[in-house]
Amino acid sequence: MNALVSPTALQGTLRPILSARSVSRFYGERIGCAEVSFDLWPGEVLGIVGESGSGKSTLLRCLSGIDRPDAGEVLFEATPGADFLEIFDLPEQDRRHLMRTAWGIVHQNPRDGLRMDVSAGGNVGERLMDRGDRHYGRIREAATEWLTRVEIEAARIDDRPRQFSGGMQQRLQIARVLVSNPRLVFMDEPTGGLDVSVQARLLDLLRVLVRDLGLAAIIVTHDLAVARLLTDRLMVMKDGRVVEAGLTDQVLDDPQHAYTQLLTSAVLAV
Amino acid sequence: MSDQPEMIRVEAVSKSFTLHNQGSVRLPVFRDVNFSVRAGEVLVLAGASGAGKSSLLRILYGNYLPSSGRIEIRHDGSMVDIASALPRTILEVRRRTLGFVSQFLRVIPRVSALDIVRDPLLARGVDPAEATERAGAMLARLNLPERLWALAPATFSGGEQQRVNIARSFVDPSPVMLIDEPTASLDARNRDVVVDLIAEARSRGSAIVGIFHDESVRERVATRWLDITHFRAAADAA
Repeated sequence: MNALVSPTALQGTLRPILSARSVSRFYGERIGCAEVSFDLWPGEVLGIVGESGSGKSTLLRCLSGIDRPDAGEVLFEATPGADFLEIFDLPEQDRRHLMRTAWGIVHQNPRDGLRMDVSAGGNVGERLMDRGDRHYGRIREAATEWLTRVEIEAARIDDRPRQFSGGMQQRLQIARVLVSNPRLVFMDEPTGGLDVSVQARLLDLLRVLVRDLGLAAIIVTHDLAVARLLTDRLMVMKDGRVVEAGLTDQVLDDPQHAYTQLLTSAVLAV
Repeated sequence: MSDQPEMIRVEAVSKSFTLHNQGSVRLPVFRDVNFSVRAGEVLVLAGASGAGKSSLLRILYGNYLPSSGRIEIRHDGSMVDIASALPRTILEVRRRTLGFVSQFLRVIPRVSALDIVRDPLLARGVDPAEATERAGAMLARLNLPERLWALAPATFSGGEQQRVNIARSFVDPSPVMLIDEPTASLDARNRDVVVDLIAEARSRGSAIVGIFHDESVRERVATRWLDITHFRAAADAA
């Protein structure tokens, strides 16, 4: 069971922040993901687990506005109390703007989320400029603060990401995503490709940030220990479909579906 | 006692496990369990090892799914059915109403013992300075040396980890507490502290359901007993 119950205040919120309705995407005859529906509430962290090829990354690409689903809707509440937007009804430019301001996407490979030839401070500050900030001193101050929060020394602010280790690059990417104060963050295998000791540090950092900021987040991972530590609820995917969903510790400790039982029994201890 | 509100109401709860990858074998645990617990009661679950005591406790927490039946927990003055509630509702009930004290601490990398104990207070909105003070007082009461407080408990002994876990659970006792073998690896002195903590939580109005291996602890804390063996017999016969 979770040792630390997420304290995020979920009460009093009347509406989901994101609502997926029968989202499907096909690659020719092959199913990418099919008929996926769920609501995500403010402050809630949803994990999507499954093996490679289960459709979890395809689903994340649809939910985060990168790929258009072949059927279904992705509805998003951009600001509290605002009308739901069907994100794929928006003009391309508006959707891109939404993705840069109200959302954050943390890619598995930091190179996909960072500009490798721009300084660390520039990577973080760029998001603020996207949002309309123009005051250089304030942007640099915010960048410095965020580097410190993700445990990168302020003295490295002018270094390029390629001078950083893999773990530092990933932390920098997280700073770049969170600096613009998004309502919703998507993460694709955020600890993939990192050494176990580096993973632990990153996980603890994510856990604290998600909690302190009250973020809603969708995290795709094949690592059930990561899911247990970071998520409130889980969807288990197989062959593009959700086979089981529920409270994270319940799904992991008392899995009902044959496939989830196979997944949870294949690891030594989660 | 009967003028106290019912905090837990278990109605017709049955549980069996189906092991899909082992020939779909079905393991019945218990059938048609009914009971309720009022504020200020300590209900001790009795029955031999393997009778399903821990499974029942996990079902009450929402950690296991019952095969059928209702588990109502009083939360904010109304009953919430844990068996059918949304995940976010269960998490909210756990945050403010429903606590689970297990034998084992799930260690999180880099989080200190003091922070682990402080966490539930912060989650309930207690001022950080006060939370630190109360967490320290609870660790001291459970005789955890102060030099360990700032360390992550990964390297602690089993008994030390267990005391961190107990401190976390009792630093701000929940209105409903589920307790699974809290004294398994504690010495007599710390066992006595745990007995006192349970008694204090009860006198503050917590409703408690527990499993206690230690007979003397069991005798000292129980206000009522429930032998779940005959629910088991019903499941086996079904």
